[in-house]
Amino acid sequence: MNLTLRIWRQPGPDSEGAMTTYEVSGISPDMSFLEMLDTLNEDLIERGDEPVAFDHDCREGICGACGMVINGDAHGPERTTTCQLHMRHFTDGETIDVEPWRAAAFPVVKDLVVDRSAFDRIIGAGGYVTVATGSAPEAHATPVAKPAADTAFEHAECIGCGACVAACPNGSAMLFTSAKVVHLASLPQGAPERETRVLDMVGTMDDEGFGGCTNTGMCTTVCPKGIPMSSITTMNREFLRATRKGGGSR
Amino acid sequence: MALATRTPGRSGPARTAPPAPPRGPRTAVGRFWRSTIGKKTVMAVSGLAMLLYLVAHMVGNLKVFFGPEEMNGYAHWLRTIGDPVLHHEWFLWIMRPLLLLAVVAHGVAAAQLSRRDLAARPVKYAHRKPRASYATHTMRWGGVILALFLVWHILDLTTGTVNPRGEAGHPYENIVASFSTWYGNTIYIVAMVAVGLHVRHGLWGAAQTLGAGSRTRDRALKVTADVVALVLTLGFLSVPVGVMTGLVE
Repeated sequence: MNLTLRIWRQPGPDSEGAMTTYEVSGISPDMSFLEMLDTLNEDLIERGDEPVAFDHDCREGICGACGMVINGDAHGPERTTTCQLHMRHFTDGETIDVEPWRAAAFPVVKDLVVDRSAFDRIIGAGGYVTVATGSAPEAHATPVAKPAADTAFEHAECIGCGACVAACPNGSAMLFTSAKVVHLASLPQGAPERETRVLDMVGTMDDEGFGGCTNTGMCTTVCPKGIPMSSITTMNREFLRATRKGGGSR
Repeated sequence: MALATRTPGRSGPARTAPPAPPRGPRTAVGRFWRSTIGKKTVMAVSGLAMLLYLVAHMVGNLKVFFGPEEMNGYAHWLRTIGDPVLHHEWFLWIMRPLLLLAVVAHGVAAAQLSRRDLAARPVKYAHRKPRASYATHTMRWGGVILALFLVWHILDLTTGTVNPRGEAGHPYENIVASFSTWYGNTIYIVAMVAVGLHVRHGLWGAAQTLGAGSRTRDRALKVTADVVALVLTLGFLSVPVGVMTGLVE
């Protein structure tokens, strides 16, 4: 396959960036999108040019490191991570636009790499549970009902890739934040911090400069882990419940 | 969890230490209003209050099809609600500030949230795709259109200032006069289509914000929002259409 790529190139956080056109040839349809970029980078290095910077780690769709907006879709046309997107979903001779996540809370570091540490600060504000340290607890000490375990697991699947923020017209982090809030709120282990968690995490989310939710649902259409819209509704319910109870440490 | 990107030895906004958490309001109400979910809750509640009013308003408007006496009698009755406890028109004067409060709260929260939302995406995507539904992405401008229409509508049929007839106590005749002009019809029809679109996304969004949505209820909520929006718009539009077709004269 021969492709034309239009990639956002930006040398540093404070520099001007621009969409730059590259031709890449000899691409196999079985390559992943990142392998296609690796091929481009090898060409660029051979030519003495600066390779395109992009985040990646596990390349098996579970770490959340990779992520770029491909032809206007976060993670590209398939509902998966960029590393698990294969070139067979594109046609020979196609022009592909590749851009970084665009959000005020995710400043561009270089090219396609953005700083997502705002997510870490949201998690730090309440994405934890209190446990008694010491010897391992008895396994059946805290029973968890099957539906609660299922809900918790579904929301724990979030890998924090940031596609929800990238796809949202408001750059909102509601789906990310709600995934963690709902995950922990559905478990008995999460009960002690149930009120402070949602208030503190939403407070941090707002402080980081993410936008608000306007229920467009764009986030759920790109989430590689299928976190549902009901996650946001549940967090809204948790937020209102916690506000009534007057919790929160901020 | 996303990897924290480390690029040592350079300066820039990406690597500055996280800002100290801003000192937020200390009261629960202040914190609530400051948060995006709090503002959205205000929008949801004020929106639902206005929607309830609109449904009652639309049903009342249908009186126009039963002749001037029926319509003008209904308008007079509105001024006597609560009698003898409430004096003449007191009920209306209790409702008016409440409705004004709902409009102002809805508008202020919308303006503040919109500013945040637009600031959260400072650089637009080069490759843009048409996305959310028409109703969803016309919420902001649709809301502005409705606010402007509200001013026109009050000047037209409440105070009668811009009404070709504008006779107090004769709403039937004033309605017919307003809908006998091309501009009266155009403004009204555009605004009622905007109401329908606004309610279509707004009612469902309000349910989401108030935590009433769930996976099993999602479809039912969307259908409810669609039906309410459609019935409301058709009900309101029936009046100018009635005047235009000569059904009401």
